[in-house]
Amino acid sequence: MLFDVLIIGGGIVGCAIARELSRYRLEVALCEKEVEVGFGTTKANSGIIHGGHHAAPETLKGRLEWEGNQLWDDLAADLGFGFARVGELTVALHEEQLPVLDRLLHHAAVKRIPGVERWEPARIRSEEPALSHDILAAVYAPTTAVVNPYEACYALAENAVQNGVTLLTGLPVRRLHQKDDLWEVVTPGAYLASRFVINAAGLYADVIAAMAGVQTFTIHPRKGEEYLLDKRLRGLVKRVIFPCPSPVSKGILIIPTYDGTIMVGPTAEDVHDRTDLTTSARGAQTVFDAVRRLAPGIHEKDVIAQFAGLRAAADGEDFIIGPTAKRGFINVAGIQSPGLTAAPAIARRVVELLRDERLKLELRDDFIAKRPAPIHFAALSTQEQIALALRDPRYRRIVCRCEIVTEGEVLDAIARGACTLDGVKFRTRAGMGRCQGGFCTIRCMELLARARQLPMTAVTKRGPGSWLVCARTEEEKASAT
Amino acid sequence: MITSNPRHLRGSYDVIVVGGGPAGLEAAVAAQEAGADHVLVVDREPEAGGILLQCIHCGFGLHRFGEELTGPEYAQRVVKQALAHRIDIVTDAFVLDIDLQRRVKLMTREEGVSLVEARAVVLAMGARERTRAAARIPGARPAGVFTAGMAQRLVNLYGWLPGRRAAILGSGDIGLIMARRLTLEGVEVAGVFELMPHPNGLNRNIVQCLHDFDIPLHLSTTVVEIHGHNRVEKVTVAPVDGDLRPQMERAWEVECDTLLVSIGLIPENELSEQLRLRMDPVTRGPVVTSAMECSLNGVFACGNVVHIHDLVDFVSAEAMLAGRSAGLFAIGAPLRPDNVRLLPGENVAYCVPHTISTEREHTVYMRTRRILEGCRLRLVAPDGRIVYEKRLRYVFPAEMVNLKLKPAILQHFHDDALRIDIVGRSAER
Repeated sequence: MLFDVLIIGGGIVGCAIARELSRYRLEVALCEKEVEVGFGTTKANSGIIHGGHHAAPETLKGRLEWEGNQLWDDLAADLGFGFARVGELTVALHEEQLPVLDRLLHHAAVKRIPGVERWEPARIRSEEPALSHDILAAVYAPTTAVVNPYEACYALAENAVQNGVTLLTGLPVRRLHQKDDLWEVVTPGAYLASRFVINAAGLYADVIAAMAGVQTFTIHPRKGEEYLLDKRLRGLVKRVIFPCPSPVSKGILIIPTYDGTIMVGPTAEDVHDRTDLTTSARGAQTVFDAVRRLAPGIHEKDVIAQFAGLRAAADGEDFIIGPTAKRGFINVAGIQSPGLTAAPAIARRVVELLRDERLKLELRDDFIAKRPAPIHFAALSTQEQIALALRDPRYRRIVCRCEIVTEGEVLDAIARGACTLDGVKFRTRAGMGRCQGGFCTIRCMELLARARQLPMTAVTKRGPGSWLVCARTEEEKASAT
Repeated sequence: MITSNPRHLRGSYDVIVVGGGPAGLEAAVAAQEAGADHVLVVDREPEAGGILLQCIHCGFGLHRFGEELTGPEYAQRVVKQALAHRIDIVTDAFVLDIDLQRRVKLMTREEGVSLVEARAVVLAMGARERTRAAARIPGARPAGVFTAGMAQRLVNLYGWLPGRRAAILGSGDIGLIMARRLTLEGVEVAGVFELMPHPNGLNRNIVQCLHDFDIPLHLSTTVVEIHGHNRVEKVTVAPVDGDLRPQMERAWEVECDTLLVSIGLIPENELSEQLRLRMDPVTRGPVVTSAMECSLNGVFACGNVVHIHDLVDFVSAEAMLAGRSAGLFAIGAPLRPDNVRLLPGENVAYCVPHTISTEREHTVYMRTRRILEGCRLRLVAPDGRIVYEKRLRYVFPAEMVNLKLKPAILQHFHDDALRIDIVGRSAER
């Protein structure tokens, strides 16, 4: 298959680029090694659209952070995923942190971010009563938002496919060769060729760059552990709560997620293994010690799920976006925080880079900007629920009791591309609640097996090797013969 | 298994029972016998009978039916009894919400979403299992970590094996029964690991499920890390010290592709929380009167939703009481008030019901915090006077203690609160 542009990596960045390129008359492919998009760093993202004032204006990420921030409202409206500008507070607990608040206010002034202001303790207490009384002052930013990172990623990918992008999942890139004006992309399943290759391979961006013969940077995985708390703590804080940032991390936050749960984390720990997604007792201790200084009422006993993700930090800590010594090979690497925020702006920048490289860009007149949004039954009013269930019997059966997810939503997720239990979970929330899949796992497995015509032994949690059941019981074997 | 899905729902019922396990079905029958004409049981599974349907082992019904039954047999009896009483049972259905006027938002396969009025509601949603996250077991998140009940469901109801070599965390009854069940299916069980110094399940299950099959039980030991990227590859286990802290220098690794977690049940109280019922922080179920009425008039509860029982027979007894009260409430008969609060005292984790009357006979259920022998159960008045004392040879947390409280015992008691203590010699190592 021959393409104009081939994107390696189906995380939020790769998917945003694919969707942006789908506006033009181009043959575009998105190549992802996992069986579904968003299964790498994206799925463990904190889901914050940063206010724009954290990163310094002189850095690339500082510019793209604010630029990206402003693109999210339209993106969420067009693609129909959850997005809410809840605002944030960065709080100072010690005298020596007060200059940090001044620096944030300065960044906001330079970037002209509206509404960023300093709050004194009385205001903080009345607006966020769960926060510690030791807080000396805070910087409030109304521009910060929360989003469901995988939902955004799926929405971008779906819309890209709607507009003609070829999505290739479960296809790791093994080798890259430059031949005349073409890049040959060797994968186990298919031989692909493209004029341009965009390296958005996240944790493996340096490996892909090396395949292209431009090994100019190294990715250093930095692990972040996150802890999700029980839904009954909904509303504990209304805004995202940041401590004063350190040089390597924005610190450990309290996040009111778009879905209404409270999430605390992440840690920041440099690791060597790019597959190390383990959580640790030490990580939990670090997180809860830190967040209790911000909000003393938070307790480990309310944890309903824990997970870890790896940030793809490059040497120098800034984003690496640009052409390389090899013509047609463009890096989009080192996209750590605020990568999610910046993703739509990164995508636009990539289009400009391609234009500079003399790729002919003609806008399509049949571009479909809007994606039909999936139904979230639990979010509907009673009258809407009654009408929907009357119309469609698939919305008359609950699959996930904790998050009130119907069979219709699960089947819709599968139709949209979910082929694993995690894929269904990230799209519908089935299995994300307090019972953590105790009720819905078997139901989702059956629906996956039926819709995708797989034997139950081939239904997986997240792709090859993550099987869930291995064989029939003796009784079943006996009754089958 | 027989169930009956009514062709059409009524717009209102005398009693709506949430949950069609033994608690819900027994309550429905009792409500009807007390005078409620129209009783509806709502269950989310395709068949009524609750978790008993997957409990294919014996050991049920000795108290209730005077004979030993399997779970499905016990379930069948209570379902048949409900059908004989012409109770409406709607399955594959779900109660989405109940408001303060007892309007029930219901989802059914036949009618979709509808609002149905109830004069009285009985909460009988049962319990859910504590998960890996509740125990905060660190490590990777591969496939192959199941709660014991879910594995039981996979094996017994769906006929699928969850793996080839399993480790089991927690010695709760479901975990013990699954150790035996998997062994019989040819799955190797590497061991059962229990954090506490004593088993968490019934003694008969330790003997019949572990000892008889040479499955090792490691007390004061816990899983400290799960390994494996896609599927479980092994777990690290470590002994714990007196403060339950793992001693990592003595840790070892257990090769397995499956980890079953059997670390207890939590009453399933989403609806109770939506109704803002007063809850007991220890049982994590609603606070109930001796009539099994919750803090909201006309709302009753029974079974594992109130507190975790170890025998279904006691669930039945409690459900009959709750159902009768709901039936009486529905026909407008007054419920007689309680006049004494029961307070858990020394070594007593909780007691249910939370209030009683000195005029009537009650069964009070309680759990101890520790293993004790040569004990005395005491009812103590607020001034410290011992109102009643009973000898118990041996108590331990995994077995509920039942106390029959007759009016004669409280004849000369005139205060408003009674503390329950269990004192004895510690029998822990």
